[in-house]
Amino acid sequence: MGGNSPCASCKLLRRRCAKDCIFAPYFPSDDPHKFAIVHKVFGASNVSKMLQELPVHQRADAVSSLVYEANARVRDPVYGCVGAISFLQNQVSQLQMQLAVAQAEILCIQMQQDPIMPTPQTEEVDPDHKPSLLQNNLPHQYLNFASSSNVRESFFGHDMVS
Amino acid sequence: MSNSSRCAACKSLRRKCPQDCVLAPYFPSNNPQRFSWVHKIFGASNITKMLQQLPVELRGEAADCMAMEAYLRVENPVYGSVGIIYQYQQQIIEVQNEIIKINGEIAVYNALLQHQQLQQHQDSFFSTDNDFNL
Repeated sequence: MGGNSPCASCKLLRRRCAKDCIFAPYFPSDDPHKFAIVHKVFGASNVSKMLQELPVHQRADAVSSLVYEANARVRDPVYGCVGAISFLQNQVSQLQMQLAVAQAEILCIQMQQDPIMPTPQTEEVDPDHKPSLLQNNLPHQYLNFASSSNVRESFFGHDMVS
Repeated sequence: MSNSSRCAACKSLRRKCPQDCVLAPYFPSNNPQRFSWVHKIFGASNITKMLQQLPVELRGEAADCMAMEAYLRVENPVYGSVGIIYQYQQQIIEVQNEIIKINGEIAVYNALLQHQQLQQHQDSFFSTDNDFNL
């Protein structure tokens, strides 16, 4: 985009919008708020550097996620996106407990079942097996960045401490 | 503050570290990597501005969260922390589906058990041992 219609970034930065402007495809002039919020949180030059380091086909997704993160940080200046991660992690923990209860119940039923009763179509539940999705998928290296133990405890719980 | 006790931020920015340095409490010199992530993604002046806008008692948590977001973005330059959010959302859907499946199996078992118990009850009621044929 160039010529008469500068993109939202160049409008905000008050500069000429070049034909090869890196922001133009992702920050159209009809949505000034989108760039404003990303600029506020990350800074235009940082965003430009980040986009330049990515192949073109990944830049749109990168911009979307940066906008999401910037919005989250403006809404919650302390926790930002990490607040959402913490909330979802708690949800996963609660659901894991519910699943464990359901698995225990079906195990009891299977152990008590009459041999005459038909065997279940589904595979038997192995009490020692947890589906891989229940294992904590977050690598342990995420734990080591925090200098405050509050964050580690509140966001990852004690199980994740390596 | 002498050169040897500069915080990670001031060391990285090659400047003096004043006594009231905003970043010093949250970017100690023994963890330079933490500041380098934050500097790369947010920029030193942005992070200083964001911390200054917060009451002092909340700055520690905020710095930790920003460090985490920066690290996640360095690790995954396309999706950053949104990638983790997406993973958790997918995990939630999978676990919920698993729970629904198992609850369904429990319901089937209970129904079969009830049916079997009813059958046994009827069989014992109509067995030839009952002295109804007078």
